[in-house]
Amino acid sequence: MLGKLSWQAVPFDQPIALAAGAFVVLVIVGALVWVAAKGYIPYLWREWITSVDHKRIGIMYCLLAAVMLVRGFIDALMMRSQQALAFHAAGYLPPEHYNQIFSAHGTIMIFFMAMPFVIGLMNFAMPLQLGVRDVAFPTLNSVSFWLTAAGALLVNLSLVVGEFARTGWLPYPPLSELTYSPGVGVDYYLWAIQISGVGTLMTGINMVTTVLKIRAPGMSYMRMPIFCWTTLASNLVIVAAFPILTATLAMLLLDRYVGFHFFTNEAGGNAMMFQNLIWAWGHPEVYILVLPAFGVFSEVVSTFSGKPLFDRRSMIVATLGICILSLCVWLHHFFTMGAGGDVNAVFGIASMIIAVPTGVKIYNWLFTMYGGRVRFSSAMLWSIGFMVTFVIGGMTGVLLASPVADFVLHNSLFLVAHFHNVIIGGVVFGVFAGYTYWFPKAFGFVLDERLGKAAFWCWFVGFYVTFVPLYVVGLEGMTRRMQRFDRPEWYPWMLVAEVGVLTILCGIVLQIAQLWVSIRQRAKRRDLTGDPWDGRSLEWSTTSPPPVFNFAVLPVVTSDEPYWSIKQEARARRHLVTAEPDYAPIEMPRNSPTGFVTAFFAVVTGFSLIWHIWWLVILGLIGAYVTFVAFAWRDHTEFEIPAEEVARIDRANRAARAAALAGEPVR
Amino acid sequence: MSSPALRLSVDPALGPAGIAPGHVTGHGAGGPAPKRIIVGYGFWIFLLSDVIMFSAFFAAYAVLFKNTAGGPSAHELFDLHSTAVETAVLLASTFTCGMASLAVGHRNQKWTQIALLVTGLLGFVFIVLEIREFSSFVARGAGPSRSAFLSSFFTLVGCHGIHVSVALLWLGTMMAQFYAKGFRQDIRHRFLCFSLFWHALDIIWVAIFNLVYLVGSLPPELLP
Amino acid sequence: MRLRSGAVLRGVLPVVLVSLAACHTAVLSPVGPVGEANRIVLLDSLMIMLAIVVPTIVAILAFAYWFRASNTRARYLPDWDYSGQLELIVWSIPALVVFFLGGIAWISSHLLDPAEPLKSKAEPVEIQVVSLDWKWLFIYPHQSVASINRLVVPTGVPLDLRITSASVFNVFFVPRLGSMIYAMYGMTTRLHLQADLPGVYPGLSAHFSGAGFPGMSFDVHAVSAEEFTQWAAATRVTGPVLDEAAYRKLLRQTQNVSPYTYRSVQTGLFDDIVEQRLPPGEGPSTARSAASGSAVMLAGGRH
Repeated sequence: MLGKLSWQAVPFDQPIALAAGAFVVLVIVGALVWVAAKGYIPYLWREWITSVDHKRIGIMYCLLAAVMLVRGFIDALMMRSQQALAFHAAGYLPPEHYNQIFSAHGTIMIFFMAMPFVIGLMNFAMPLQLGVRDVAFPTLNSVSFWLTAAGALLVNLSLVVGEFARTGWLPYPPLSELTYSPGVGVDYYLWAIQISGVGTLMTGINMVTTVLKIRAPGMSYMRMPIFCWTTLASNLVIVAAFPILTATLAMLLLDRYVGFHFFTNEAGGNAMMFQNLIWAWGHPEVYILVLPAFGVFSEVVSTFSGKPLFDRRSMIVATLGICILSLCVWLHHFFTMGAGGDVNAVFGIASMIIAVPTGVKIYNWLFTMYGGRVRFSSAMLWSIGFMVTFVIGGMTGVLLASPVADFVLHNSLFLVAHFHNVIIGGVVFGVFAGYTYWFPKAFGFVLDERLGKAAFWCWFVGFYVTFVPLYVVGLEGMTRRMQRFDRPEWYPWMLVAEVGVLTILCGIVLQIAQLWVSIRQRAKRRDLTGDPWDGRSLEWSTTSPPPVFNFAVLPVVTSDEPYWSIKQEARARRHLVTAEPDYAPIEMPRNSPTGFVTAFFAVVTGFSLIWHIWWLVILGLIGAYVTFVAFAWRDHTEFEIPAEEVARIDRANRAARAAALAGEPVR
Repeated sequence: MSSPALRLSVDPALGPAGIAPGHVTGHGAGGPAPKRIIVGYGFWIFLLSDVIMFSAFFAAYAVLFKNTAGGPSAHELFDLHSTAVETAVLLASTFTCGMASLAVGHRNQKWTQIALLVTGLLGFVFIVLEIREFSSFVARGAGPSRSAFLSSFFTLVGCHGIHVSVALLWLGTMMAQFYAKGFRQDIRHRFLCFSLFWHALDIIWVAIFNLVYLVGSLPPELLP
Repeated sequence: MRLRSGAVLRGVLPVVLVSLAACHTAVLSPVGPVGEANRIVLLDSLMIMLAIVVPTIVAILAFAYWFRASNTRARYLPDWDYSGQLELIVWSIPALVVFFLGGIAWISSHLLDPAEPLKSKAEPVEIQVVSLDWKWLFIYPHQSVASINRLVVPTGVPLDLRITSASVFNVFFVPRLGSMIYAMYGMTTRLHLQADLPGVYPGLSAHFSGAGFPGMSFDVHAVSAEEFTQWAAATRVTGPVLDEAAYRKLLRQTQNVSPYTYRSVQTGLFDDIVEQRLPPGEGPSTARSAASGSAVMLAGGRH
């Protein structure tokens, strides 16, 4: 009746897992009860859960990512602590548990922290920068978000009911086949990723269409902000790569569920093929993550240097070059699988070639600062910290791209340090910069800068103190994923790394404090003009937060820094340049519960597939189909905002900016 | 040194965007595209992503083609007669789907429903034939768990079959929508997507027919 | 932004200390020609890149500092956003570096391909390696002995390793000797190594393979040629026999196995393993009795 599910699935016999699961359940239930008691549920349902507004969806993505960052970081803390204790000792985490933790850490950080964070930033800022009202398919956008959340929910459910995969964040066969992983852990992973993968693919389609087909009049390709170019490049890679992930995980699922032989040891299965397929997705994935971060840095460095980005055309060419090259290098993840000199060398050289456009970008940011007036806001600190850190990480990457060097460093902690170097230095610093930069636009008040800078320094120093020891210990021959070890030369470095991760913990605590303090002081920290940083692109021409329709009238773009050029002219004249436009009513898409309901059935279907509750699987699939039909059957898909309402909102914006130009205090 | 790109001299006769009113430059500066274009474009991108997914299955099939684990090979199993009928049926259904598109263009309810019904029936016949082929393989001990080759065959062809089955569900929904709501613009957009999907499935079938069935039926000596 | 000199010193000192520490790590102090070549490629690539990376980092910090908004001495160039000369340099320098490193990669990948035999006048010693859950089996076909978790080799002689796995992926890796390679079921990978200095060198699996993975270490004892012959002779005298029955016992999952030897090996055992005439390693569920196996399934596989 309930498939494989029974009370034994709850980890009553594992104290740490039980405590963690109980804590998470208590927090979630507590939060839900508080929200319900305060009467927020109708507001949340109406304004957020069913929202199809790209700004709200972007914020929810970032919120999901932030929560998952904490969860993934706790995994990291546990791992570092185990390795700091387990020298000639068992530590406090038995292998069965430790192996789940490192698998969950990687899975959560990549799929449910980094991806949602960059997608959230792209969702929020890109349509505003393009001067348009929303993405191409707003309801699909909501579905994408909720499917991602569904995947995150499934992964976290494994903490309470069952177990997680013990194979690492990529489930290599034969270890991930039923023979060697007979439990439900790998199934939790596979269904969570398949479900959220569908959501991500839809995001890719949505954003490519938006960037290519929906821009303000006059915004030719060369006049698009660089962040939108990186959004385009990243989403093109999503469209190209995620179908491979879906197919590959489907093959593994078929092996596990129906006894197929894609990757099994018997009947002709080929486990090496999994490596090729999964990395054909896996390498593009990391560029999906880092390209939007590069875009954020382009915006931030240019804004806080008071100069246009240096050599835009080169940046665009470099972005597209990275986009294409990222699909051509996957074999460098398994040089040691024995492909031979020719194949290894070709892929090694291809991997090194990616360093060229990346280096060009670093130099372009460098020369953007040159001749500028650099303001060291926390967003700018994240950017400078990124430039220094990413250069080092890229260097170790090119080092690993040399097959013969990789032959002694593959899978070692040197490799782990390298990819954390580029992911933390690149992606995480980038999303933190973007978060700080666009927070006022999203919420209408600025974050506390002092706490933000303190958090930056903790992260920056903590990163080096954690990962430089890992570089060293990788050169000492330590491989990754070791629950315990007995080589004395590794031990001191594990202790130093522990100090580092505790420093990063301070950084995270400071970020939480920053948010708390800023919210409490929001009245004092209001962004009254909509342009707190003296920005250069179109999003800064709207109020903070923007109205649901973004722009009362779509702006007409005549340069590649449209807002900046108008602003300079307005400053020279000390009053607004454009006359009040003719306001017309605006049609916006209606909110819809489609996304949330689809995700609900996805969770039901996924959970029942994991536990082999077949009748529930069928019910879940039927529910999903019914949701699709119900959505297709809608008659009223849009609502109209009357011209007077549009006028009222826009006039307030114009008044605030006119007052700022005239030097009066803005009320 | 100031960059010429920043200082765009705007000829007043060309309007504020520097573009003659109503003239599209081809550099994407004409403002947001119409909804029909957006929907079609987005669906094309989805189709391309679906082709990539099929490519992954094709790649697995190519890698595992010789891994028969002592079991039956393609040459021994495939019955080209049945496959030829499936191909003919699917091609015919593409034709009738095109007829349905024309009927929708003419806003003719009767012929839309008839053309869609025939398309659906032909698609249904295709699925029945495919299921029969699969069952006969299983009955002969050549099911998907017999060998890696068979796993990849069943998955590739079966994935196409699942896509056709889902399309049939979609087809039924479209027939119901046209009947209940007429030829409203958003329903026509949806039908545009459906017909793109149906035609794309036919193209994938052509690839399967050639690369799986025809190549697989060659005598083993002729294969690399 | 803090005082420059303080920050620079605080940044430079740890770098110097760590570099000194890193110089004597296992991978950077090899004892054989393969490891030596790995090290040369690694260090040469690193030095070439540092020549670019260090000035770049210095420039980043210097430009950020000099052009800070409060510095009135710095020139403000609000419209300067292009220079053809810089564009050329900025594309060329990384391209040249990559060209150079790519050349090194091409040549070294061919010369040091693991399957490439080492140039030596000495007769290579053939060793067959099987990774099991969770121990290493070393078969010496010409000496007709086998060893678990201990690899005894003569110094100065090329080691011709043929490697396979009985179950899941593993990687055979001895950091002091150099290059590693995958061990995969149903396949043979070739690896050539050599130990020039006598000593005991730790080895491990560099690919996570399950619950017993951390215990899957072995040591390499590099001894003189005479000692090696003596060891082989002594091993042939005592210990169990590695026949099919003994091998099937090895297929069960065990952890933290202490080293021991077999006094004789069934002929062609390695080929039987690779050609899949012998079954693969057992997984966790088959290792249990039927009753507890089903309990494992119901509980979702918790051990």
